Amino acid sequence: MKVSNLFVWQGRRNAMDDILLKVEDISLKRNGRYILRQVNLSVRRGEIHGILGLNGAGKSSLAYTIMGCADYVPDEGRILFEGNDITHLSITERARLGITLAWQEPARFEGLRVSTYLSLGMKEPDRTRIMEALEAVALPPSAYMHRFVDNTLSGGERKRIELAAVYAMRPKLAILDEPDSGVDILSLDDVLKLIKGMASNGTTVLLITHRDEALEIADSASLMCQGTILYRGNVEQVRQYYAQRCKLHPEMLKSPG
Amino acid sequence: MRLHQLKTAEPSWVREYEGMLEALKQAGGDPSAITSGKFATLVVSANKVLAKSELPGIHFEAEELPTGIHARIFVEPGTKITKPVHLCFGMLAEEGVQEIIACYEIGDDAQVAFFAHCTFPNAQELKHLMEATIRVGKNAKMSYTESHYHGPYGGIEVRPHAKVFVGEGGKFMNNFNLIHGRVGSLEIDYEVDVGKEGVAELVARVYGTGTDRISVKEFIRLNGERAKGLTKTRVAVREQAMSEVFTTIEGNAPYARGHMDCTEIVRDRAIAKNMPLVIVRDDRAQVTHEAAIGTVNRKELETLMARGLGEDEAVDIIIRGMLQWV
Repeated sequence: MKVSNLFVWQGRRNAMDDILLKVEDISLKRNGRYILRQVNLSVRRGEIHGILGLNGAGKSSLAYTIMGCADYVPDEGRILFEGNDITHLSITERARLGITLAWQEPARFEGLRVSTYLSLGMKEPDRTRIMEALEAVALPPSAYMHRFVDNTLSGGERKRIELAAVYAMRPKLAILDEPDSGVDILSLDDVLKLIKGMASNGTTVLLITHRDEALEIADSASLMCQGTILYRGNVEQVRQYYAQRCKLHPEMLKSPG
Repeated sequence: MRLHQLKTAEPSWVREYEGMLEALKQAGGDPSAITSGKFATLVVSANKVLAKSELPGIHFEAEELPTGIHARIFVEPGTKITKPVHLCFGMLAEEGVQEIIACYEIGDDAQVAFFAHCTFPNAQELKHLMEATIRVGKNAKMSYTESHYHGPYGGIEVRPHAKVFVGEGGKFMNNFNLIHGRVGSLEIDYEVDVGKEGVAELVARVYGTGTDRISVKEFIRLNGERAKGLTKTRVAVREQAMSEVFTTIEGNAPYARGHMDCTEIVRDRAIAKNMPLVIVRDDRAQVTHEAAIGTVNRKELETLMARGLGEDEAVDIIIRGMLQWV
């Protein structure tokens, strides 16, 4: 191995050993029922970490809890980001630390243009980066920059714009909630390519999905079931576990009670 | 700068004219539309006509009254005015009354688009009253976009009242915007009668803060067969502002179609009311309404906060978006 390659490899390895996000024993109850139960999760800086699980497993609830959404304040446990406890920080404070979320079903905004929406997460509006982000989700900038982020966009277009907004923001941690849902198979490749692009820009990605094929780009993965992390390992192990134990027995994996 | 038919050469009126153009610029408008001479324009401060420019097919007649003007604006039948007509009403004074009694006559088959800029940048105890009669001829088309700028004090009463008659196949579109500066006290009162196959669209966008009071009353009578009417109201109120939106559409003729669409955002201790009234007198007519009043959608708010915006900034972006101001 060349010395220069060794430095790159060593650097990546050091980065991968560095824990960016640590979720410790997080529990969340709603009406006396556990939505999340003693969730433990570590995500290393620079990696794409997949969270796989069936619908209702608690994946989105975990995403909202990490982001700090209003109705997702944990009853127990804590969340550490770069070693600091962020459990009681607001969404804005977490975002300013470098965390963001791409919603599974993104909100629509009457009268807000795509270009403005993409610039909101930037420290300084950068037209070049906005155009690059739209191109990264295979939307021609000339056709989309001036459109509104409202209900004139199809569901697939809106999801791509959500991903483009995260891409343009270049956060330290991007939580992507089912970025592959609502897009067709052909564009799934675009989405995965985009996520790899985010990672190569230095963004750590928490990739939430119920499609095990989406995990092919992940460095590591966790399997979520009934509001907790059931299994953690390398991607292949998690996919096998999911295929053998979850897909065959979905009736076992109903919402936590 | 060209002053067309300046009524007086007194330096104070020249300064008033220049001040109004500056206020227009501060409010996001383009003064060159008034000064270039390429557009038909009418500029009125208090009861003085400061500038007037006509184009073939459109005529302004203005008579000064003690507290305002009586204006007649006439578009000849068959005339298509391709460039927008700019009307500039306002006052730089802090106190006073401006009353505009206006009569618009749009001849058969004519087309015209008015942009009315209403600037009162220093208003502290001021009234701006408009009583308009508008006649849109057969197959004629008129749009009227009215944008206000009131400055930061809120000491203004604005009363745009109009009675509109839309002839057979005619189209009338009104677009009222009061989203810059304080509203003060606003009372929009429009009544529109629509003839056979005519169309009326009334859009109002208002952003109230402080102790602003907003009242929007719009009444459309669909009297002719296949007449159409739409009211679209977007109001945001914050702090202790109050808004009331009363919209009525009557479906009085066969196949008349009407729709009322109202969205109001309420924050802080503000109060918003919406009272849509549907009256149908012909069993082949149809009138519908939709209304949404409430605080900012939580998901929209959290989406913007997840990009690093503070809650107030995010609310402002959402409100400005709803008012199509971003």
